[in-house]
Amino acid sequence: MSGRGERSGEHDGLVTPPTKEGFDDHEDLPVAARVRRLEERVVAAGLTTDDELDAILDGLLRNASPVNGARMVARAWTDPGYRETLLSDANAAAAELGFGTSGYRLRAVENTPAVHNVVVCTLCSCYPVSLLGPSPGWYRSFAYRSRVVREPRAVLEEFGLTLPDDVEIAVWDASAETRYLVVPRRPEGDLPEEELAARVTRRGLIGTAAV
Amino acid sequence: MSAYAPGTRVRARPGDPAHHTRVPVYVRGHVGEIVECEGEWPLPDDRARGVTPPRVEAVYAVRFPARDLWGAGAHSVTVDLWESYLEEVTP
Repeated sequence: MSGRGERSGEHDGLVTPPTKEGFDDHEDLPVAARVRRLEERVVAAGLTTDDELDAILDGLLRNASPVNGARMVARAWTDPGYRETLLSDANAAAAELGFGTSGYRLRAVENTPAVHNVVVCTLCSCYPVSLLGPSPGWYRSFAYRSRVVREPRAVLEEFGLTLPDDVEIAVWDASAETRYLVVPRRPEGDLPEEELAARVTRRGLIGTAAV
Repeated sequence: MSAYAPGTRVRARPGDPAHHTRVPVYVRGHVGEIVECEGEWPLPDDRARGVTPPRVEAVYAVRFPARDLWGAGAHSVTVDLWESYLEEVTP
């Protein structure tokens, strides 16, 4: 087993982190070293094994992709009944498309002309991995976690998302057992569900981009 | 199961306990409004200390105005907090 703690960043896939200084300062090298040291202590204490840790992570990451969250959003955009399920019982909505969300409550928060939602976990980096894929490095960065609760409009600007002044920003801090998924506003045009899904990015599902 | 109805005004527990807790420092002592109950979950303070069985409590989404938290800002921040982290604010 090697470098479990170094998984960050390399899975960024759909998104490019902002180039603005401050979001790239969490390259995780010290964190990776700390994680590895912690693993060694836990394994040495007989509480788990490297194989067990690897199996848990493989299970967590297998099929985990923002394509899943994007499919849920596109379905909600095209099927009012599904949208209602998604907004009232997001775990059921995920299950309906075959996506697992065990161990947490999933909550979908919908952007409207009046409210823009954005998600953070200020205490660590909680996030619905099965639906969004492994979290991007910036999501785990101290810069993002400390600033987005304080000055979200400025942070979103740095991501290239300028919101009209009259749009209210709602920040959701996933500090307990709920994981959040943003439902972005549907783009104009009469696109089929598959094409709509292809437009939804991980950043859109976190709330740091529009679709 | 949930003691606090949506709209109830609650204060997040001030102070810093000696043990692990999941009350973010930036909301401690601040007043917010219950958005919704998120079901019942084991209390991390007990789990971290190896208390068995841990207390199981309702968790609430609590919305705080940014202006109260930071002295400025028009946005809101909603934080998820276990019931014993909260006390009701009498009007």
